[in-house]
Amino acid sequence: MNRFLLPLVAVVVFIPILILGLNTDPRKLPSPYIGKPAPQFELPGLKDPSITVTTASLEGRMTLVNIWATWCVGCRAEHQYLMQLAQQGTIPIYGINWRDSRTQALSWLEQLGDPYVVSGFDADARVGIDWGAYGAPESFLVNPQGIVLYRFAGPLNQAIWEREFQPRILEDAAP
Amino acid sequence: MIPEIGQFALILALSLALCQGVLPLIGAHRDDAAMMSVARPAAAGQFLFVAVSFGCLIWAFVTDDFSVLYVANHSQLALPTGYKISAVWSAHEGSLLMWLLILAAWTIAVARYSKELPQKFAARVIGVLGLLSVGFLLFALLTSNPFERLHPAAIDGADLNPLLQDPGLAIHPPLLYVGYVGFSVAFAFAIAAMLSGDLDQKWARWTRPWTVIAWLFLTVGIALGSWWAYYELGWGGWWFWDPVENASFMPWLIGTALIHSLAVTERRGLFKSWTLLLAISAFSLSLLGTFLVRSGIIVSVHAFATDPTRGYFILAFLAIVIIGALILYAWRAPALDSAVGFRLLSRETFLLLNNVLLVVAATLVLLGTLAPLIVEMLNGGKISIGPPWFQVAFLVPMLPLIFLLGLGMHTAWRSQDLGPWQRLFRVPAIIAIIVGLIIPLFIYGRVGLLVAVGCIAAVWIVASSLIQPLRSWRRAEGSAGISRSALGMSIAHFGVGFFVLGVTIVSAFGEESDRAMRAGDTIDVAGFQFEMREIRDVQGPNYSAVEGVVEIRRDGEYIGTVRPQKRQYLVQQSWMTEAGIHPTWNKDLFVALGDRIGGGAWSVRIQYKPMIRFIWVGAFIMALGGLVSVSDRRYRQ
Repeated sequence: MNRFLLPLVAVVVFIPILILGLNTDPRKLPSPYIGKPAPQFELPGLKDPSITVTTASLEGRMTLVNIWATWCVGCRAEHQYLMQLAQQGTIPIYGINWRDSRTQALSWLEQLGDPYVVSGFDADARVGIDWGAYGAPESFLVNPQGIVLYRFAGPLNQAIWEREFQPRILEDAAP
Repeated sequence: MIPEIGQFALILALSLALCQGVLPLIGAHRDDAAMMSVARPAAAGQFLFVAVSFGCLIWAFVTDDFSVLYVANHSQLALPTGYKISAVWSAHEGSLLMWLLILAAWTIAVARYSKELPQKFAARVIGVLGLLSVGFLLFALLTSNPFERLHPAAIDGADLNPLLQDPGLAIHPPLLYVGYVGFSVAFAFAIAAMLSGDLDQKWARWTRPWTVIAWLFLTVGIALGSWWAYYELGWGGWWFWDPVENASFMPWLIGTALIHSLAVTERRGLFKSWTLLLAISAFSLSLLGTFLVRSGIIVSVHAFATDPTRGYFILAFLAIVIIGALILYAWRAPALDSAVGFRLLSRETFLLLNNVLLVVAATLVLLGTLAPLIVEMLNGGKISIGPPWFQVAFLVPMLPLIFLLGLGMHTAWRSQDLGPWQRLFRVPAIIAIIVGLIIPLFIYGRVGLLVAVGCIAAVWIVASSLIQPLRSWRRAEGSAGISRSALGMSIAHFGVGFFVLGVTIVSAFGEESDRAMRAGDTIDVAGFQFEMREIRDVQGPNYSAVEGVVEIRRDGEYIGTVRPQKRQYLVQQSWMTEAGIHPTWNKDLFVALGDRIGGGAWSVRIQYKPMIRFIWVGAFIMALGGLVSVSDRRYRQ
């Protein structure tokens, strides 16, 4: 074959990749930790800086780790649903308050309610980076053994919960 | 009214671009001088109308016309006027308009300085540029109209993203675009040569200065972007291997290969088809970069708002341009290559290696950038490829490249005798080993393998790039001095050495520390004492901020004061870090405020960054080398 055709062939093979790429949703983000133990962290509590929130706090039951911040509109959007999850006792939610100011975060919880068992205060986004967070809000489902089962980027709602989270919780509980 | 004039001007520019793109190409094919002579006036008219359109958008921003959607989304009454202007190119629609303006400006520059070229060739070059303008004008008018109205008008705007309220942003994108778009000129020259079917050494001489100018703007643009990220994002890094950074870096790598391969084509008439392929690739990668940034296909901190229609449009345009060019290439290139031999030890060999290694590097970056997409398609789920992968992968082609660079620049064309060549390198090699070990060992106190290799490589390039200028300076009375283009090469390579030194030292000896600080606290980092004198509130025009006043001392001796800020922009309610940096030529002391921890304490990130300035200074020296080389006499004929 004419070797001068090779670049053309390469590009013709390459372009469908880009077309397919356009059809996939970049918001469906994976986490490098899916199927692996949750990253180790140690954060001061948001409400009470003297306590620490650590990876060990998550163990023993299915938990939801939610990365949130007051500057993030998506977090405001999902807040009501988180409140509903907490009030129904569906799952304990651990918050990581990310790149935020403590005073604002506290007044946000006061005004909108506090769905979290406890929130860790991650001022310089160290822990956010460890979890591989792209932006807020992001939610991670962690099983009783501390393994990350699923990650969702974007505001949570009932439909997403039923479609993505519930089957995984049931599957993990099945022997 | 003014925004409608802007949009109308864009439509007129499209009509003229069609004339510019179609008539001269037909004229060149039919040998019709009248049709070819349309090229220059049409290009001038197209530039004029794009400029009017751009002016209208600036006017809408400066007069706070919030009935224009784009203005309402990216400006605000209290925004300083300078940032109202730079907000024009802060997002997709306006930056596309700027892209068009720059493309039209390159076109009239080509039209102006191509009078010596054969009429047919010039007509084809301007025609191809016209067709590219048609594509981008259609893109703007059909999917990204910056003049879309908002009804009812907003009372105040949503403000410019605070990250972008910075002098660095005002100049970084325009420079980057001048570089990106500039490769379209090399592309047009390549297409014109293939259309005419004849490509000689003169072609390379015409193409070289345009390519070097585009390359030097791209170099400065990327360096400024890196510098902006360093002080504005508050992380203290200078390169993140973000997809959008990679999008500008790939054309740079290929453009660098192109400059070197053009040198071979000009001097020796070799590598013709390869040079054409590089010219096509450099511009294709610029287009690919545009696609990646503007389609939302890849998640990035830089990515513009996502819109699938835009993605499909650019992809279609990209496919037409690249596939068209490569079909032409497959058809015409086989006839071009001439059989001229060269010995193994010759500059041709080194430039061939340079090209291979740079293309390998660009391919690695491309693979790393697109790997998440490809893996996902093979149903492998989403993966992220991070800086660690790039850092290791990138060293593989770069280390040999750096060592070969010092050898190649002193090797004769065609054939080089081994004896004098070996003698020439004795002094620089000894200097490189001694100085390359002294720098880490005596200044920073330790040395590892990678540090030693990096430092020796850097000093090696610096020393060997000085050989030619020094010889020219000490030459015998009356003998010929160094040519501008050889001097430019020496300067650019000297810059590479500087850059490598900076990268090596800062990655090996940089220190960082995250602590909580109250007023009165002192922290010791890398032998410097950072004392938090005061934490106070300050007001800016559209933000309020907390400012730390940090005094830096070394063994009690006062060194300087920095004022890192944490700003809250009032409209978007977002927090921004404004790092406090105490720069000296050989190190930066970097202090960034994190967050209020309570009890008057703040988390503070303190960094010691030795020789980090060498990175940007090195890049600027490279660009300067390009500037000197294009001023060579033979390009001014």
